[in-house]
Amino acid sequence: MELVCPAGNLPALKQAVDQGADAVYFGFKDATNARQFIGLNFNEARAREGIEYAHQRGCRVFCAINTYPQPAGWENWAAAVDKAAALGVDALILADIGLLDYAAERHPKIARHLSVQGSATSHEALSFYQRQFGIRRAVLPRVLSITQVEDLARQSPVELEVFAFGSLCIMAEGRCYLSSYLTDESPNTCGACSPAKAVRWQETDQGMESRLNGVLIDRFAEGEKAGYPTLCKGRFRVEDQLYHAIEEPVSLSTLDLLPKLQEIGISAVKIEGRQRSPAYVEKVTRVWRQALDALGHNTLGHDKLGQDTTTTGAMARWQAQLGQLSEGSMTTLGAYHRKWK
Amino acid sequence: MKLSLGPIQYFWAAEVVRDFYRQVATWPVEIVYLGETVCSRRRELKLDDWLEIAGSLSDAGKQVVLSSQTLIESEGDLRHLRRLCEQASRDGGNWLIEANDQSALQLLSEQAAPFVTGPSVNIYNARTLALLHKLGLQRWCLPVELSRHTLEAMQASIAEQVLALETEVFAYGHLPLAWSARCFTARYHDLPKDRCEFVCQRYPEGLMMSSQESQELFVLNGIQTLSGACYDLADQLSLMQQLQVAVVRLSPQICGMDEVVARFDRLRRGQQAPSDQIRLRDLQTCNGYWFGKPGMDRLATDG
Repeated sequence: MELVCPAGNLPALKQAVDQGADAVYFGFKDATNARQFIGLNFNEARAREGIEYAHQRGCRVFCAINTYPQPAGWENWAAAVDKAAALGVDALILADIGLLDYAAERHPKIARHLSVQGSATSHEALSFYQRQFGIRRAVLPRVLSITQVEDLARQSPVELEVFAFGSLCIMAEGRCYLSSYLTDESPNTCGACSPAKAVRWQETDQGMESRLNGVLIDRFAEGEKAGYPTLCKGRFRVEDQLYHAIEEPVSLSTLDLLPKLQEIGISAVKIEGRQRSPAYVEKVTRVWRQALDALGHNTLGHDKLGQDTTTTGAMARWQAQLGQLSEGSMTTLGAYHRKWK
Repeated sequence: MKLSLGPIQYFWAAEVVRDFYRQVATWPVEIVYLGETVCSRRRELKLDDWLEIAGSLSDAGKQVVLSSQTLIESEGDLRHLRRLCEQASRDGGNWLIEANDQSALQLLSEQAAPFVTGPSVNIYNARTLALLHKLGLQRWCLPVELSRHTLEAMQASIAEQVLALETEVFAYGHLPLAWSARCFTARYHDLPKDRCEFVCQRYPEGLMMSSQESQELFVLNGIQTLSGACYDLADQLSLMQQLQVAVVRLSPQICGMDEVVARFDRLRRGQQAPSDQIRLRDLQTCNGYWFGKPGMDRLATDG
């Protein structure tokens, strides 16, 4: 299985490459990719430097152009595809049907990967993209259980990449419009969910308040760790209950599932987090590289009694390391695990 | 301009659904979308029951469209979807299908059946529209987060490419905003999704989720999340007419839907000024998306 790591900037890209990523993915400095953050992403010169650095070390580079262009922005998105092609990326990660069509026509030799934002959740949906645009690979949404992923993998017409670690999207990606309902930006329109420009923090008598475009997302008591106000991870009221009505602030980690993912034929695991620091990318990549190498040597896993069977006992150490890097210091198997639903 | 009634988003008891459509048969809507689009576990009405309702509405002169499930997750979901899409064939009765995801697009385009798309199929630009048109798209619904400016550009491109395509706009109701593997209604009741006891049937208008300051934000409806406020573009119908919008979609609510339909009917006929809107219920409304603003905003319009 291939390890695909995030590159939010050049230092992060270099860390990922140095720590043994098989591929890295990046986006340009504009609304054409799903991680539009201030100070993040690549201009053309940095991208060229990054691609050269990766290629010299045998690491592939994917370019994410995975938001949905509207008529007013079409030229910019098409230009981003042309730019990535000219830079010599190994694959384009795309979501929009029109843009996939454009890329297939203009740059047929550059592999097309269907982004998680493309929101394909069944093998029939994957067949649609494969027949129409010849996609080579698809990234699966985080809404499927491991059994569903297994069913899908059995019949998939293309290679599959699944999320292994990082932020957990609870909604089917590519069809979540919650962010643009509260603010004027969404993942689809401009690559932003709960955008930082709309966030306000305020110390009040009732505690630290986090707001998104004025809407109170959460309120934290003294000593409580105050998380970023991602709108689906706040505490809200339903009838007389106050709780994390949609999702707790936790991260996804599928370390436990690696042997299963390999067995069912998943081609690549993806680390989320282009918005995270180079130090984070370095640590996460190192752990996952070790885990995948152990998997290759058949030394990763648990026996029937749940005992750690890695010869070095490394599994527990990796779990602990990843736990420290996670949102709320907690990880979950998310939808891969049926009980979570 | 035609009026359509979107699929029922909520889980209503079978008899409530049948009663509802008996009334719909007499309402001034031209198009009715039928079927369960949210949760595969809601099977009070089987495909045959829906087809029976479809037959009655068709006899009453409505164009009936069968709507597909939005989030397809399992092989079971695909089996139901295949059966639904078979209804588009001549043997299946030639029903028009509303594709609500790409699995449906695949099945329908493979059998070369004409189809329409709902608001959850991401058609954001002209190239997407042209490609789907080539595959059999006859009518498309503007995704909910897009503005009138994008609509205008899309309409211009349809005219320029001379595509035989109708455009539909979601103009009234709580906006469908997200779908998840998790059921939020079951979560509220602390029940596993697999054994949810169909608690969502207790909430024919969904469950309101508010901020800690009591601001109504979203409506939880099983695995779906809807807008807390009711989208209402009644005062924008004349602009839609200018923009050649063919169909205006109204999303069913359990109470007062007949009044909503009557009001839109009067407005499209010019028999009522948008300014004398009767506030039917004490509903918070929004129209931000239409103006390219946050969806929850309510912008004052001059009517």
